[in-house]
Amino acid sequence: MNEKLEIADKKFTSRLFTGTGKFSSSKLMKESLLASESELITVALKRVDIKNEEDDILSHLNDPRINLLPNTSGVRTAKEAIFAAELSREALETNWVKLEIHPDPRYLLPDPIETLKAAEELVKLGFVVMPYIHADPVLCKRLEQVGVQCVMPLGAPIGSNKGLKTQEFLEIIIEQSNVPVIVDAGIGAPSHAAFAMELGADAVLVNTAIAVSKNPVQMAKAFKIAVKAGRMAYEAKLAPISQKAEASSPLTSFLN
Amino acid sequence: MSNFKAIFDTYNWDTTLKSIFDKTTADVKNALEKEKLNLEDFKALISPAGKPFLEEMAQKSQRITKNKFGNTIQMYAPMYLSNECQNICTYCGFSITNKIPRRTLTDAEILKEVTFLKKKGYDHILLVTGEANKTVGIDYINNAIELIRSKFSNITIEVQPLDQKEYELLIESGLYAVLVYQETYHREAYKKHHPKGKKSNFDYRLDTPDRLGKAEIHKIGLGALFGLEDWRADSFFTALHLQYLQKKYWKTKYSISFPRLRPHSGGLEPKVTMTDADLVQLICAFRLLDENLELSISTRESERFRNHIVHLGITSISAESKTNPGGYSVAPQSLEQFEISDERSTEEVVEMLKNNNLEVVWKDWEQFEKV
Ligand code: SF4
Repeated sequence: MNEKLEIADKKFTSRLFTGTGKFSSSKLMKESLLASESELITVALKRVDIKNEEDDILSHLNDPRINLLPNTSGVRTAKEAIFAAELSREALETNWVKLEIHPDPRYLLPDPIETLKAAEELVKLGFVVMPYIHADPVLCKRLEQVGVQCVMPLGAPIGSNKGLKTQEFLEIIIEQSNVPVIVDAGIGAPSHAAFAMELGADAVLVNTAIAVSKNPVQMAKAFKIAVKAGRMAYEAKLAPISQKAEASSPLTSFLN
Repeated sequence: MSNFKAIFDTYNWDTTLKSIFDKTTADVKNALEKEKLNLEDFKALISPAGKPFLEEMAQKSQRITKNKFGNTIQMYAPMYLSNECQNICTYCGFSITNKIPRRTLTDAEILKEVTFLKKKGYDHILLVTGEANKTVGIDYINNAIELIRSKFSNITIEVQPLDQKEYELLIESGLYAVLVYQETYHREAYKKHHPKGKKSNFDYRLDTPDRLGKAEIHKIGLGALFGLEDWRADSFFTALHLQYLQKKYWKTKYSISFPRLRPHSGGLEPKVTMTDADLVQLICAFRLLDENLELSISTRESERFRNHIVHLGITSISAESKTNPGGYSVAPQSLEQFEISDERSTEEVVEMLKNNNLEVVWKDWEQFEKV
């Protein structure tokens, strides 16, 4: 039960990935992240001073239990994203990057064209590329072709807490994908996370729902449990949904 | 529509104002129930009929802001580079008719101010000048940006309106955002308060955000100076301007500031008073209109007001500001553009924010481009 998740050369016990934004303090951020037992934690390069070890956020993330996943949030083009990834590889000594290119600063919706371009280039440069994208099944296949290690389609606009508004498309993506599918953005409650896992998502990424809750540490634990429960249910194979009553033995067998 | 002026010219100030005053309790209730508000809803929220719903608006505004921006507040500091100005603006201490000693910072002086601000922790900086093209024209501004670009992640300017090409040059040099307030959208009042100098050209100023959008600037800050004319109509036109820009220049981020007239040398009494309650109403209305908008409050406002407003929709604030060139370390005694109200030190403001359970964000931007 609860198989490990493999991305590139890493194995994860936890299928809950978390983010570092929006917490009221770095101390609370760290406590919450540890309570979530998340093993991959995304941090916005634009928010931290990557060359400074004493940076408030980075110093709090300096913990052996935490793998950092730098994200390129804030960039508008493939060119900028590649530059950001190279900077972070050098400063943070990780070739993992969450590729986020959103030229739209209001809803932070990802640019599919620039993302594909950047992904192709970054894979060639030896990065483990985790692209944040719209729930677009065709784009997912194209990204897979250029060699990304997973896809991160959104469930709803970032920070909206609205849940899996893109469910129909996520189901197609999950069905077709040969790389792990991590549902990113929109997950606002542990029940949403559990639902994503039941659908067969390989992991979920949660930030706002934890950071902005009244009690982030407790909420982090709730997500941890929900993700585990959802995964267990998926592995156990959910019973089919049916509108009609099913008789336990055939009603017409007397005819034989 | 080729620019905002074409839309703006279809509006009439008086009928717009009347339409705001005509809003009813039912309009306000309706607006408060909606998830996506339009400009008519915005009018209802800023109308006199909206006043009894202030608490409800504040609650909603707080909730939305928290969801969108988390428990955070961004810090920035203004740095005045020059008080030279060729314009007459009736409300400003730097106006050409004011006989004050003029000063423009040299490179060495700029760097001295920078050292002071960096020590305080600032990483987002706002460069301010008057409008004196011979001394503080595009070359001076460009030089200042190049001089400090390695020291700050985020450089914003509040200077005279420039041409598209000039903005492109500054963006290339590392500029992130431009603040350009229309002061008032009332044409005649605008003329009255800007009788002389380049700034007296209302249309050129009105067209500035369009030029910025075309230059693909990262962020544009809009606003009106409250006190010159009716704040409700001015705010409506600001919102109209904002929505036009958002649709057209969708890659650009927008922020709104809420400057109220402050005492200064040669003082002008506000024609219209905007009370604290009015300002809260307006800030909440903007938040309800657009959950993604950055809303900024400066040290023009009082300590007490700022302590409370940080929870009601605001996303960035300044602290310990000096509104005179060299005010931090070079020439602390020179004449200010206006008096600030919240005189607390950066440390005290940070302490206040932390006590309010807010994370202070010093850095929220980086220019990821090869230079
Ligand atoms: S507001 Fe600006 S343009 Fe007008 S006088 Fe003051 S510095 Fe000059």
